[in-house]
Amino acid sequence: MIGVDPTGPGPAVAVAKQAAAPDRFGGRLFSANLRQNGIYIAFALIIALFAVWTEGDLLAPQNISNLVVQNSYILILAIGMILIIIAGHIDLSAGSVLAVTGAISAVLMVEYDLPWPLAILITLICGGLIGAWQGYWIAYFGIPAFIVTLAGMLVFRALTLAVLGNQGIGPFPDEVRTIANGFMPTYLGNIGLGPLDGADLFTLLIGLAFVAGIVVTQWRARAGRQRYGQSVEPTALFVAKLVLAAVVVMTVIVQLARFKNLPWVLVLLAVLVLAYSLLTDRVVFGRHIYAIGGNLNAATLSGIKVKSVTFWLFVNMGVLASIAGIVFAGRLNQAGPTAGNGFELDAIAAAFIGGAAVQGGVGRVVGAITGGLIMGVINNGMSLIGAPSERVMLFKGLVLLAAVAFDVFAKRRAGAGK
Amino acid sequence: MTDVILQMRGITKTFPGVTALDDVNLTVRRGEIHAVCGENGAGKSTLMKVLSGVYPHGSYSGEIVVDGQPCTFGGIRDSERLGIVIIHQELALCPNLSIAENIFLGNERAPRGLVDWNRTNAEAAELLRRVGLDENPTTPSMDLGVGKQQLVEIAKALSKRVRLLILDEPTAALNDQDSAHLLNLLRGLRDQGITCVIISHKLNEIEAIADSTTILRDGRTIETLDMAADVVTADRIIAGMVGRDLEHRFPEHEPHIGEEVLRIEDWTVHSPTQHGRVVVRGANLSLRRGEIVGLAGLMGAGRTELAMSVFGRSYGTGISGRVFKHGREIQLKSVGDAIAHGIAYATEDRKRYGLVLIDDIKRNVSAAALGKLATRGWIHDNEEYRVAEAYRTGLNIKAPNVSAVTGKLSGGNQQKVVLSKWLFTDADVLILDEPTRGIDVGAKYEIYTIINQMADQGKAVLVISSELPELLGVCDRIYAMSAGRITGQVTRAEATPERLMQYMTTVKEQ
Repeated sequence: MIGVDPTGPGPAVAVAKQAAAPDRFGGRLFSANLRQNGIYIAFALIIALFAVWTEGDLLAPQNISNLVVQNSYILILAIGMILIIIAGHIDLSAGSVLAVTGAISAVLMVEYDLPWPLAILITLICGGLIGAWQGYWIAYFGIPAFIVTLAGMLVFRALTLAVLGNQGIGPFPDEVRTIANGFMPTYLGNIGLGPLDGADLFTLLIGLAFVAGIVVTQWRARAGRQRYGQSVEPTALFVAKLVLAAVVVMTVIVQLARFKNLPWVLVLLAVLVLAYSLLTDRVVFGRHIYAIGGNLNAATLSGIKVKSVTFWLFVNMGVLASIAGIVFAGRLNQAGPTAGNGFELDAIAAAFIGGAAVQGGVGRVVGAITGGLIMGVINNGMSLIGAPSERVMLFKGLVLLAAVAFDVFAKRRAGAGK
Repeated sequence: MTDVILQMRGITKTFPGVTALDDVNLTVRRGEIHAVCGENGAGKSTLMKVLSGVYPHGSYSGEIVVDGQPCTFGGIRDSERLGIVIIHQELALCPNLSIAENIFLGNERAPRGLVDWNRTNAEAAELLRRVGLDENPTTPSMDLGVGKQQLVEIAKALSKRVRLLILDEPTAALNDQDSAHLLNLLRGLRDQGITCVIISHKLNEIEAIADSTTILRDGRTIETLDMAADVVTADRIIAGMVGRDLEHRFPEHEPHIGEEVLRIEDWTVHSPTQHGRVVVRGANLSLRRGEIVGLAGLMGAGRTELAMSVFGRSYGTGISGRVFKHGREIQLKSVGDAIAHGIAYATEDRKRYGLVLIDDIKRNVSAAALGKLATRGWIHDNEEYRVAEAYRTGLNIKAPNVSAVTGKLSGGNQQKVVLSKWLFTDADVLILDEPTRGIDVGAKYEIYTIINQMADQGKAVLVISSELPELLGVCDRIYAMSAGRITGQVTRAEATPERLMQYMTTVKEQ
């Protein structure tokens, strides 16, 4: 049970022992930071590990591009999944929904020859309706999400088979394949110098603009906090973090610019991550998701429309699954009956590796993306060194267990004595 | 030299960064009832967890001596072997198991590995007789009220051949009748030679029952009072607990009562779980501007049910009746409606229903009125911080800043966060359900002061409380409920505990 140890260090003690107080809060801050940031450290370590094992192949231009493109649909699912997990639910049907929406888009584009933007729109609406169907049973009828989406997993796989028969439908229009698999064109030509040899200028400019955007927004947020008299991290640490972020972003951008420019799906992903991060951090709806997962009763008695929030979360998941469905089908250039098998488990694992709590109420979109990328790097890195698939699975399983074990451990330490 | 059953010497227990117990000494004589009191965070429960082995030997320093023998408990089982049994504040019965199964849980009557049900139930019946609980041992424990569950816990302790029984806030959740029964039972156990250590916030109980009282403050032993030798009053104990003299337990308040704000007419509520059971029957109630109104009643009288059903139908089915705000009838179909009409309800169980314990202070403060801090769904987080800081300093919430997690605050500070949340909704009707439950004396005084301030700001306040002195000390007018009906109403001038108790036990026939 989550609770306060009534015997625990209460404020009375803190006041009485002023000397001990700074140390205590300092220690707590550190452990809270470790819990939040442990995942990024782990990500860096795993990348370093595989970079060494693969003798640098992991970070080669083409491989970085592959990493993004190969994992994009899992990452898109993970965004929806983390929201659902924060609210204290789960979605086991994501893989099947991905398959059925992929099949729908294929039927519309290939068999009915609809213009591709219209077909995509209809597919997204279908995804939303599927989410609404599941959301209705979960939110308004009160059946646990585990059961509803387990049923959904079977039902929507069955519908996929019904739509497709036992074969794939394709090929897709070029535009759709480009979204899933293609790259931004060259606008301004290449740079021909030194380490940037052959890098696309326009891509580099996008990267620089992105970095500038990060710096400006972070700087303004920090200044705003200071204006309101809130404590902020020391300037040196703040600058160091920004520099680190800039270096990481530019490294990736340069490598991509040297290969075939930005993959379109990376642009799509960046937009989604940004939008959903803002939703969870700054929008009332996002805040309500955390409140529902953190304490359903308290949320209800605070006037939060719990049912409606839950319903829309699943609608959102359906739409995201259909985006992933189109991307996946576009990438393979056909919609197949076994598409997305087990993808829901990858998305769930990404969310938990990324710091979500099993009880709900905790988690971040960026965390889930990082969790997904960790699994992506493991897959990719191990295939580069030619490891057999059973070893990949083994490694991924242990990483998932370790991530959650670390979270539980950090929580126990933070709540000393409970 | 008196016969000493337990001595704890120089107990020091530290958690990372904080010293919870600092050289604590406790000496308990055989066959006495020994009270341990102190404010929340004083270290009472920690001390008991050290004694019972929840915190094993080695995780603290100091010495535990039972019957003259030094003890090193590695866990609860070790201390139970010596007849030391602890009953925690939050009862630990499995609701789906029967009384008898609960009594012998972990200690099954099972020769050769198979449970002997006849023996289990027969022995349980005998234990139930000893604690004065007239129930069938095969009854599921979820069918019992809190008071009876407490008795089952004691029966469970007796089954372990308890010699030293530790009770952590045993009457916190009990009504006066059940409390009285429990205290009588403890006296009976004392006569059978069982020593009791009881942690309690209820000073009148300590006065009534304890043979000696040890007072802890900030993790240190302050003093041990011999209740038989000295005349020890509640004020004397309070003085030791808070380290200062508390002239009055309730702040002075001059009410400025205005026009009627809320009126509830003919309010009837049915139980959502038990079909056809009426929980609140034809209740009429009114609140005026600047008035603090009490709602007294025994457990199960329907006070919380009345409040929650008015608060946007958050409890009950088949609700009928009318609610008027400033003389105009309003519809309260959801919690959102109630909040929009300026009604706030601060729950009696703040951990389960009041707070998101894993979230920080500011997010809890803003939870019920986030719209005020947002334009078109977009939250101004700096503004949120500023608002929460204002409440933190205004209500004296003890935390370094509003980014502190509420789960780590003491009960009194958590309650202040809950109050902040509702104050921020700009409600002009505040329903406070057991606002000082599980809160230490110093913080209670602060909560009463906040309640007075709310009234002075022109809000109408309804205080639901199980502690009569609290109602008598704080309220301008008090309603009494019994078995779902409002059975009486008294003004501050005419209110006495006896008169209220009379109303609270009235049962009117249909």
